[in-house]
Amino acid sequence: MAEPARIGIGARTPRVEDAALVRGKGCFLDDIHVPGALEAVFLRSPLAHGLIRKLDLAAARAHPGVRAVFAYDDLRARLTMDRIPLALPAAGIRFHVDPFVLAREEVCYAGEPIALVVADSRRVAEDAVALIDLEIEPLPAVADPVKGLEPGAPRARLDCPDNFVASNGIDYGDIDAAFAGAAHVVKERFRLDKGGGHSIEPRGVIARHDPLEGRLTVWDSTQMPHRTRGVLVTTLGLDEEQVRVIAPDVGGGFGPKAVFHPEELAIPAAALLLGQPVKWVEDRFESFTATIGERETDWDMEAAFDADGRLRGIRGRLRYDHGAATPYGVALPFNACTNLIGPYVLPAFKIAIELCLTNKTPAAPTRGAGRPQGTYVMERLLDAMAARIGLPRDEIRRRNFIAASQMPYAVPVKQRDGSLMTYDSGDYPECQRRALAAAGWSDFPARQAAALREGRYIGLGLTNYVEGTGRGPFESASIRVGPSGKVVVTTGATAQGQGVQTMLAQIVAGVLGLEPQAIQVIAGDTNASPMGLGAFASRQAVTAGNAVFQAATLVAEKAKAAASTLLEASPDDLELHDGAVRVKGVPGHQKTLTEIARSLAGAAGFALPAGMTPGLAAATDFLTTGLTYTNGCHLAEVEVDPETGGVKINRYVVVHDCGTMINPMMVEGQILGGVAHGIGMTLFEWMRYDDQAQLLTATFADYLLPTADVLPRLDIHHMISPTPLNPLGVKGAAESGTIGAPATIVSAIEDALSPFGVRIRDLPLTPARLRALVRERSAA
Amino acid sequence: MADTRHVAFTVNGRPVEATVETRVHLADFLRHELLLTGTHVGCEHGVCGACTVLVDGASTRACLMLAVQADGRHVETIESVAAADGAAHPIQAALSRHHGLQCGYCTPGVVMTLVELDRERAGRALTEAEIRAALSGNLCRCTGYQGMVDAALELFGASADQSSV
Repeated sequence: MAEPARIGIGARTPRVEDAALVRGKGCFLDDIHVPGALEAVFLRSPLAHGLIRKLDLAAARAHPGVRAVFAYDDLRARLTMDRIPLALPAAGIRFHVDPFVLAREEVCYAGEPIALVVADSRRVAEDAVALIDLEIEPLPAVADPVKGLEPGAPRARLDCPDNFVASNGIDYGDIDAAFAGAAHVVKERFRLDKGGGHSIEPRGVIARHDPLEGRLTVWDSTQMPHRTRGVLVTTLGLDEEQVRVIAPDVGGGFGPKAVFHPEELAIPAAALLLGQPVKWVEDRFESFTATIGERETDWDMEAAFDADGRLRGIRGRLRYDHGAATPYGVALPFNACTNLIGPYVLPAFKIAIELCLTNKTPAAPTRGAGRPQGTYVMERLLDAMAARIGLPRDEIRRRNFIAASQMPYAVPVKQRDGSLMTYDSGDYPECQRRALAAAGWSDFPARQAAALREGRYIGLGLTNYVEGTGRGPFESASIRVGPSGKVVVTTGATAQGQGVQTMLAQIVAGVLGLEPQAIQVIAGDTNASPMGLGAFASRQAVTAGNAVFQAATLVAEKAKAAASTLLEASPDDLELHDGAVRVKGVPGHQKTLTEIARSLAGAAGFALPAGMTPGLAAATDFLTTGLTYTNGCHLAEVEVDPETGGVKINRYVVVHDCGTMINPMMVEGQILGGVAHGIGMTLFEWMRYDDQAQLLTATFADYLLPTADVLPRLDIHHMISPTPLNPLGVKGAAESGTIGAPATIVSAIEDALSPFGVRIRDLPLTPARLRALVRERSAA
Repeated sequence: MADTRHVAFTVNGRPVEATVETRVHLADFLRHELLLTGTHVGCEHGVCGACTVLVDGASTRACLMLAVQADGRHVETIESVAAADGAAHPIQAALSRHHGLQCGYCTPGVVMTLVELDRERAGRALTEAEIRAALSGNLCRCTGYQGMVDAALELFGASADQSSV
């Protein structure tokens, strides 16, 4: 058997990142040692809501080793404006709530930064924080997004007129007619909590101002260094050339590191005020209380069906807990609602979305970004209707699928960029068919009955979903081959473990005929790539991948054109191989890329090869024309212990279609990690707050991440429906696993507990909650 | 002035002598005093396992042990695992081969757990359940663990060559 290809599109190329990382030789933020750097610690609000009545910093300032202690006014002196301008355009927003760099007078969530201590060491800074005399007058806290929207509810922020921060929704089709003519209607209420990103590396920032160069360099564990630079330019009154932001190795992102947090401004401002480098690394308690994540959604939903189980319409109301600010717009619940539609024909849809400010850490996207909740709601409604009319769960879905022949399929919903939501390619019925076959769907009832005779409750669940990926508007890339022969790729894309360097090196290697190891990828440095957006919305294979592909193609064409002159051969007779342009079929008759780069570098006074512009290089931007829709079908087999509420996942099948795969190994890595997040959100992870909005689960002993002994082995199958929307035919894959998992697991648990007739609505489904549901039904 | 003590121990076979603040934990000492930054800090409350090192051969949370407690002991960190010539240890190579890491932040802790597991098994073949139990003390947010389980199965499973790697 031939060795599988190691380079180029579709190869399982080993990752270029691994050699350093497996040896502990990565360079994460806290590994960066900046000579002379001071260390910073924040004083944070212990209360979720209140007014600062006393903030006496004298003792902390007098503590030996302390260089400075800053309150709001101290940092404000260096800033151009009161608040950090993070507002994104958002449909239906009533008022933007931009954060302050440090709390000014009112604190609006426990964990909000109030003061910043900078000292010779972190230990000294922590000692000094304890010396700050802080008094807060408590105010009533808003902990619940439903109660928070009721008339007369206390205000989560005194600087806002009320808690109703935004309202939008979806409304298409004749919803009244859909329900008036319905044979069956199911009505359900869902309360879904989604946990946070919880990357194992916490956040961190180092800022150094170089007065000789007049430049501020900021190392930031961010997914979006260009956005960080933009915010710093605006708030510090500098220009782009004066601010360089570098994202070093980043130990997981998952969304929270995409959002600009107040610490990312406080540390650079402190470094400028002190004239010395300042470093801050978040601890885990801060990560739980001060890093954004997703929050609760409360869904009041009805679905109307024909007699044969075909959807006629869905209507309802979604109330969304947005926490104490809007640092990243208000797109999350809208994502949830658009993703609810999924791979199904939904003739009419009307949903009102109400976003409530609460006294919790602000909400912003984490892996899935609202979509898992929307998919969960649709799939639960389908299961509920299937149970009502006695239709198998696969059959009700089959009757509602969009057919492959309907592609591209436009849903009458406008996206953020104003375009219609249009599914570009895919075969949803076939995807489910393959998943059912892989999981043994048709044999399962017999196995389930046999298990039940042994007193074991096993169940099989399924879910179909789509995910809009590759959000624009653009990503940029450049490739240059220097006179040394080194191939350097720069991009605005950033890496937090996805394998971005491998992915881009692999594409370039395929086009230029090189080994990926020969290519250096510089990602996450605003100096290397003047424009860029970064990592969010499962977008980088689509956007950066195609930008790099375009640039590599231009470099290859230019190399051939130059070699054509140098070798006196027609470009049609030339090919790229092993770092050289060679004449097909004439061994040794070639010019290496290094030689071509040197000839294009020019020499004083001499002509370049005929008609050529200088440099073996190209820079391009890839502009998206719409979202590309990845889809999948998940099936899970579980065994449930009705006595303890314990759930064991015995089997998990994924059939996945993200179009052309650049590196199937890394796509599978994304699916594996995504499903793990989804299982965590379903069974383990819960940001539990008390009625005063105090987080009760602020350690990894209280907030459970899934571990190796509870996660299942995944059986992953691929379909490949290339998108017509980009040259590579690729779609994103980073969040898809998370979207499908919750509904799949819950469908399986309901199936396992069908002898009890348990219906599951709320997440997470902890053992205690599941046991209570079983007892409720047993008593009934 | 903070309390200090004089300590002497070995790190990766090399003697270390230092005067340390008694409140400094071993992970901070390794990272910031010895500049061995391969040992990562994820939670500082002993759950995530990113800071796992071996102390007298036993896996230890370097965030839950004070540097002074290492006095007289032998500490092994991720920096000792690859061969002196830089060649990857079989566990490191297998992790890469099976895509058992993504961001790489938890990876040094995972490697140290597997190094200990390999020594403890003393040539005995391990089941997948045993491997998963051993890895259950290392939190990974990227991979869903499947790649690292497969890497360990290749090296320690029933079909592997049963000498310690």
